[in-house]
Amino acid sequence: MEEIVNHLVSLTKEISGYIYPNEIELHWGLLIVIYPYVTGLVAGAFILASLVKVFDVKELQPTYRMSLLTALAFLFVAPLPLLAHLGHPEKSFEIFLTPNTSSAMAMFGFVYAWYLMAVLLLEIWFDYRKDFIVWANHGKGIMKWIYKFISLFSKDISEAALRFDKKSVKMVTLIGIPSAFLLHGYVGFIFGSVKANPWWSSVLMPIVFLFSAIVSGIALVLLIYMVITPLRSKEIDMKCLDKLASYLFYIMIIDFSLEILDFIHRTYEAEESIKILAELVSGRLFVSLIVIQLLMGMIIPLGSIAAVKFFQVPSELRKSIYFVSAILVQIGIFSTRWNVVIGGQLFSKSFRGLTAYKMTFFGFEGLLMSIGLLLLPILILYILFKILPPWDEARSN
Amino acid sequence: MENVNNQKSNDLKRRKFIKNLFISLSGLFIPGFVSAMTKTGGLKDLILSLAYDPKEHLWGMGIDIDKCIGCGRCVNACKEENDVSREPFFFRTWVERYRIFDNGKVLVDSPNGAINGFKPSTNDEENIIRSFFVPKLCNHCDNPPCVQVCPVGATFKTDDGVILVDPKYCIGCRYCIQACPYGARFLDPETRTAEKCTFCYHRVVRELSPVCVEVCPTQARIFGEIKKKPSPLVRFMRKHVLGVLKPALNTEPKVFYANMDMEVR
Repeated sequence: MEEIVNHLVSLTKEISGYIYPNEIELHWGLLIVIYPYVTGLVAGAFILASLVKVFDVKELQPTYRMSLLTALAFLFVAPLPLLAHLGHPEKSFEIFLTPNTSSAMAMFGFVYAWYLMAVLLLEIWFDYRKDFIVWANHGKGIMKWIYKFISLFSKDISEAALRFDKKSVKMVTLIGIPSAFLLHGYVGFIFGSVKANPWWSSVLMPIVFLFSAIVSGIALVLLIYMVITPLRSKEIDMKCLDKLASYLFYIMIIDFSLEILDFIHRTYEAEESIKILAELVSGRLFVSLIVIQLLMGMIIPLGSIAAVKFFQVPSELRKSIYFVSAILVQIGIFSTRWNVVIGGQLFSKSFRGLTAYKMTFFGFEGLLMSIGLLLLPILILYILFKILPPWDEARSN
Repeated sequence: MENVNNQKSNDLKRRKFIKNLFISLSGLFIPGFVSAMTKTGGLKDLILSLAYDPKEHLWGMGIDIDKCIGCGRCVNACKEENDVSREPFFFRTWVERYRIFDNGKVLVDSPNGAINGFKPSTNDEENIIRSFFVPKLCNHCDNPPCVQVCPVGATFKTDDGVILVDPKYCIGCRYCIQACPYGARFLDPETRTAEKCTFCYHRVVRELSPVCVEVCPTQARIFGEIKKKPSPLVRFMRKHVLGVLKPALNTEPKVFYANMDMEVR
């Protein structure tokens, strides 16, 4: 209690103009920035994996399993920031027992469970099933039993069974694409449907969320692929890398166009809130929105990848450009989430003033916790890579 | 013939299977129904013991801006009555002062929610052309966005039109605070659950007015039935030109303002 009050007292100096007295406390902090960022990575990585199966993009084959496992690792972590930010995490199960059907947030558990159980786990299981069985046969000690267990003790590796596996993967992918759209479009809807908040309230919100999710997912898989391959002392497949960068480029163009459309639409309509939003963008959000999100996270990577496409660039340089671009994209998308979540709470709903957000270091909603939550999926991914090696040579043929 | 019979019994088996499947799956929802029933149980008991029938009422408030003198007694009384934290960040009701200058500038303030009133505006160089006080509180919307978004149904609309929060159910996700266009909600720093004006529901069911109405020295706040003819609120609504806050959002507030300036929001 005292801690909260002291924190709020320190914020009072940052207020400009008039805000409603209850608005000094900013309710959705860093954790809620991480939540859409992480779910975005899940949806993006999955959609990338689906390109291989549904549209048969052969070049991307080396990243197929990697993308699936990346999606899974991040999906495990996705609900944690939500849980940690609740005033009463111990009551969170009420969302499942007595969901309020008119609440967008109440649907989270169901969307999440559907995506985890019916899509990701199923697709991974069917795709790996044969390998599980072979690994179980060749494995020793505890690993043998781990593989037996995760194969759910299935043993059939006949032609017909494998054909069925393949067909199932395709089916699940077909259901998976709309599900991935649902997962992240839904996160956008949580913000986009808040009519009280003009910064959030927009039909474009779910679509912008979706495309920025795909952008971040592709960039993440590209990064992981570029880091892991040399670590395994293998050659990076330039065809695969070029294709990844191409997809990244095209989706970024769509994302960029949507964001520009949103901007033009808002300024052209110039509703009641336009003055305070203009003040927000040119002031407290200038660095994170204009400099980081737009310039660093969008224009520079777009320009660099375009340059690679137009000019003959040696592959070593191409690699560095892709790598740096993908990192910039990650920073840019994180800042996109920041600008939506935090930005939407920096102005008063009286449209007469601005408030501030101060991060704490310790505590449930602090910086330390957030860094932990961003590192956790990397750790999970490391373990997944150990248990379910996604590399081609690990496949049993 | 045998084939046909076989086919039939297979069909029946399938039908039975599907039927059983649906029955078993519907079992998943039982906990939901049961807890939803026990949830409203406690409140119902209290109301029934007082012989108060919420279905017979529809409550609202009228605020005459011309009558408010900005003394802040309502803010103080509210904090006292409802045990709201005394820190200057948590208010169920507060009073705003508007100063509108001849050059078009608008100054709004509400120091500590105006719990101690306002200091006189002295060093204003420019000419003030209009100035007034506006008491604010939960609008008890008929179409409440906060109730719509609550993931667990902890905040709800009673039959008599009051928006309440059940702290036992509230998980502290704060979606309702984001959804309220009026800044009328806050997170209780002690309980970490959502809090807001209840129209002093514990008083209303005992046929008393909310405490802010009770203590107002100028009767700027009028509480009463919206639909019953002899109600003071209905009389107030007949005698004044009324406005509500942010009507474009279609929240249909039940707090009605008389003599409201266009700058109020």
